[in-house]
Amino acid sequence: MLRFIVRRLLQLIPTLGGLSILLFVWLQRLPGGPEYALLPDDATPEQREMLRRSLGLDEPLMVQYLAFLRRIAQGDLGTSLQTSRPVLDEFLLRFPATFELGLTAILIAVVIGLPLGYLAARRRGTILDFAAVGGSLLGICTPVFFLAFILKVVFAEGMGLFPSAFRLAPGITRTDITGFVVLDGVMTREWDVVWDALAHLALPGLALASIPLAVITRMTRASVLEVMQEDYVRTANAKGLNRTTVRTRHVLRNALLPVVTAVGLLTGSLFAGAVLTESVFAFPGIGSFVYIATQERDYPVLTGFILLIATMYVFINLLVDISYSLLDPRVRAQ
Amino acid sequence: MPTTPSSQSPSETEEKEPLHKRKAAKVDRLAELMGDRSDDGHGAGIWREAFGRMRRSPMAITGAIIVVVFVLVALLSPLIAPYSPTAQTWGSEVFPNRNEFVGPRAENWLGLDHLGRDLFSRMVIGARQTLMVGVVATFVGFLFGALLGGVAGACTVLGGRWGRQIDNVIMRVIDMMLALPSLLLAVTVAALVGPSLTTVMLAVGIAQIPIFARLLRGAMISQGNREYVLAAQAMGVRNHKITLTHILPNSMGPVLVQSTLTLATAIIDAAALSYLGLGNPDANFPEWGTMLSEAQRFLSSAPALAVYPALGIIITALGFTLLGESLREALDPKLRK
Amino acid sequence: MFTKSSRKPLGLLAVAAALTLVATACAESDRDSGDGDQPFVFGAAGDITSLDPFLTNDGETYRYSRQVFETLLDHESGGSEIVGGLAETWDQSEDGTVWTFNLRDNVTFHDGDEFNAEVVCANFDRWNNLTGAYQSSNLSYYWQSIFGGFAEPDEDFSTGESRYVSCDAEDELTAVIEISEYSSIFPGGFSLAAFGIMSPTTLETMEGQEVTGDEGNLSLPDFAQNAGSLAGTGPFTVEEWNQDQAEVTLNRHEDYWGEAAGFETMILRGIPDETARRQALEAGDIHGYDLVAPADVAPLEDAGFQVPTRDVFNVLYMAYQQESHDALGEMEVREALSHAVDRQRIVDTILPEGGEVATQFHPDTLDGWSEDVRTFDYDPDKARDMLADAGYEDGFDVEFCYPTEVTRPYMPAPKDIFDVITEDLQEVGVNVEATPYEWSVYSGQVDSGNCPMYLLGWTGDYNDAYNFIGTWFSTHNDAWGMDEDELFDKMTEVSTNPDEEARVAGYQELNEMVMDALPGLPISSSPPSIAFAPEVEPPNVSPLTQENFGEASWK
Repeated sequence: MLRFIVRRLLQLIPTLGGLSILLFVWLQRLPGGPEYALLPDDATPEQREMLRRSLGLDEPLMVQYLAFLRRIAQGDLGTSLQTSRPVLDEFLLRFPATFELGLTAILIAVVIGLPLGYLAARRRGTILDFAAVGGSLLGICTPVFFLAFILKVVFAEGMGLFPSAFRLAPGITRTDITGFVVLDGVMTREWDVVWDALAHLALPGLALASIPLAVITRMTRASVLEVMQEDYVRTANAKGLNRTTVRTRHVLRNALLPVVTAVGLLTGSLFAGAVLTESVFAFPGIGSFVYIATQERDYPVLTGFILLIATMYVFINLLVDISYSLLDPRVRAQ
Repeated sequence: MPTTPSSQSPSETEEKEPLHKRKAAKVDRLAELMGDRSDDGHGAGIWREAFGRMRRSPMAITGAIIVVVFVLVALLSPLIAPYSPTAQTWGSEVFPNRNEFVGPRAENWLGLDHLGRDLFSRMVIGARQTLMVGVVATFVGFLFGALLGGVAGACTVLGGRWGRQIDNVIMRVIDMMLALPSLLLAVTVAALVGPSLTTVMLAVGIAQIPIFARLLRGAMISQGNREYVLAAQAMGVRNHKITLTHILPNSMGPVLVQSTLTLATAIIDAAALSYLGLGNPDANFPEWGTMLSEAQRFLSSAPALAVYPALGIIITALGFTLLGESLREALDPKLRK
Repeated sequence: MFTKSSRKPLGLLAVAAALTLVATACAESDRDSGDGDQPFVFGAAGDITSLDPFLTNDGETYRYSRQVFETLLDHESGGSEIVGGLAETWDQSEDGTVWTFNLRDNVTFHDGDEFNAEVVCANFDRWNNLTGAYQSSNLSYYWQSIFGGFAEPDEDFSTGESRYVSCDAEDELTAVIEISEYSSIFPGGFSLAAFGIMSPTTLETMEGQEVTGDEGNLSLPDFAQNAGSLAGTGPFTVEEWNQDQAEVTLNRHEDYWGEAAGFETMILRGIPDETARRQALEAGDIHGYDLVAPADVAPLEDAGFQVPTRDVFNVLYMAYQQESHDALGEMEVREALSHAVDRQRIVDTILPEGGEVATQFHPDTLDGWSEDVRTFDYDPDKARDMLADAGYEDGFDVEFCYPTEVTRPYMPAPKDIFDVITEDLQEVGVNVEATPYEWSVYSGQVDSGNCPMYLLGWTGDYNDAYNFIGTWFSTHNDAWGMDEDELFDKMTEVSTNPDEEARVAGYQELNEMVMDALPGLPISSSPPSIAFAPEVEPPNVSPLTQENFGEASWK
């Protein structure tokens, strides 16, 4: 088991290393270059040249890359050109917001998607099945930012049910312990803060949930359908076992395995979706920050974001693999 | 003996044709005897069966109709569009600064956009641009993905130790790309090259490479383990011949299905790129994604401007997805019953 | 307006999520605040970049810093006249190099320190003596453009020579600043928000704090990042800069020398998207915002919001870079293109109400505007004929740049304006190659002469014609690629003339010369709007976009 984990960890090194090269080369070659982001409209060419030099942009690429790697290894993702603060700090500052949003989206997706997918599979061919499949296809085919806009225009602007922007109402005072607003609110029993934060999470959470919801519904449905055809389920049914037992013990449990993987793998796309969703709702998380970075060519932030996602994705994959090998002895044997 | 399919030149194969033809015939016969394939040589039986099943599926029919209508509109758009999509003929009739827009009327069936252009003509010509973005992006992804995946697959199946090394290297690269969400990959490419139509197509296409590559490699490995391959090897058929004429064609099924699905993804991703300001800036070529992101700011005063292109994107993507999904289902042996 | 009860009927979802997260009973909130001391929240287009305005050149940062730090000179409330700020009155010597400031009495800093001439000089001396990375042009941009450079120029940063000579505290309330040469950027330069005066204790704290990080990684010093060490004299104190919410919290300064601020607390919140700002105002999440889209003005007013419009103090123009394109180098072609563009339609359909077609690179609200400049009517037929005369019967191709994802006070919806112009140019046979750039890259591309044609504009920093035409046409530069030595010499002559009347006449002549040379086509001057909730008594709006929120209050 330990050898399995160590081997998988070692395999990460070339992947991440290659990724860093790819990123470095891409982002270094941005047209215009980062020096324009730092200077006002009427800065002189001399000022620009000076800045290029002070940023080390005139060094040979190899030297720049090695410096880049050394910094990453130290957890230094550079300094944001927009805010002049360390990128890692910027991300850590905004991480709780994005984490809460992502968790909300995953919760919505799981709470609705699992039962929906299961029911659709059990009642294959019924209206419910048709609606679940059609709905999830529609969810995949709707551009996330458009869905977010519609939700905002209808539920925030039109009906006034939810706030249209931010993470908390302005001026609300709260005790900051962990940076996670909801968690802090619960810990300090500031229920109005909790309530307000949840209200602010609802619409962006729903928009962000659209794709995971569709994926989870479809995965669950397909997986349950497959498991129901397995011999052991038929055997269990033939033995006359209690139907509820068969469903929970055999069908649901085995069908959930691939769904769990899917949830793990959704993390990356969730972050990409956060860039679109958060910017629509002015939700102050990593997504809005990266959205502005895209507009402003804040290349240390873009590099950092991609590294962050890739690293998270790779490690979540690793966790999924490990948990799989724990759950399923066949994987370990290979 | 480590060989890769790419190292073979066509003339070389032709010179040795007689011998190969004989051996190929033997392999075909073998596969046929094992009941894995029908007698016409390239697995058309499975496809015919699949199409038969699809004809009875409402999902497939809906998808097919949408796709056919969309492609027809796109191809015939210059004939259908009543006006130039870029002429601001009615420019002095709309006032975006006062929220005064012109809705549907006799001469402009869908009304005017925010600069006084005919919205119907823009939608129709936009279909053509959207199709082009989707097709080219998918082709880019397909081409490079199939190349990488094909080489990797061939190396694993037939290559021995060296082959596995090559496969290993290729798959590390693919895993690297796969570690990033396709949209983010596309954004990076687009931010690198600067916004243009080519950028959008390239960016979205490149983002699809790893999926195609993995898919083809997987399919080839599974084909490589089939009995007919072992048997062919036992009969002395050259490895590259087996790969090129049997494993590869038989592995294309899932890749083709994926192309249909990728078209949908490409259209949606292109729209997201436009929203992020990385879309095609050239007003001469209206594209639904650009139209949608430009009309976003009028959503509360003139929702139609955004809703038409949004519906176009959703319906088209849905069409390709329905078609692709039912094709996949029809081809999947597990779901055949 | 934000009321908590309106938020209660939430979706099932929030309830479900709340239930999962909150298994325990509810405790009542004790933080219901009355209207009187409710914080005023203003939606800005972005977060601030530094607490110390000296270390930035960002407009959103100045909006914050103008509430906290005051400058020697200021602009009249709601206007563009230069008036006293921390200095009640001021004098300039005959040759314009010695400036005497008679300071306001009884001014105290937020930290209790006394304001006097020594403090003023300490601030200026400190700026002039900054070393190391502080001399990086993105950390001291305005000092370098107004005062030229530093006492000890660092070799790593090629700053110019310092124009600042000395500052003497002649007595408690008289500060005398000497500069080496006169220019009409003075006295306007003394009103720039970057030069906000800080308390002696603050200066002490700053002492020894350096810009950290290695060269590629400049990090602002602690005092510019964490509230608490900076004290100014303005109507508000800085309470907190919450970078994670992109908001700055300001509190009323009770001992303010003028009338105390109307709000006890003011929060500036960065919301980059203009639609999001409007929706936040409508939803009651914020009580005001800036850079209102023209189309939003009427609906907001109909809904009961206040949308005061600022006076016009800007110019939007389309430039012809003469060196990068053969055809644009020909006067007849530039004239033809100037006749081809329907500027009235841009003003009528895209710009806010009150906008006007501009006849010169200079708003008519500023002294120096001339009635006698050459003008260009919209006449596509004439344009076609002129192009044919110039030898371009079949037109030509030209690259045209515009900025994306940005609105500027002088330019709402750049892409729309660009699309209209493109259509007009194509109408006369000129084939436009669209080249969009993100805003941050855009200015660089334009300044280095990479764009043969482009859209740009300017909002005045202070009330002097040089701030407009001098910025563009005082010397040869790559943004215009224009060589008019006569014009440049005249510009130098006029701008260094300390006699105001002669200067204004000179600027009028200069405006005529510019339009004769036709380096570009001025498109419009338009009034930007700012929006406030109904319950707010807004401040006087400033044509320079320099509102003093100390004037605002709850109704």
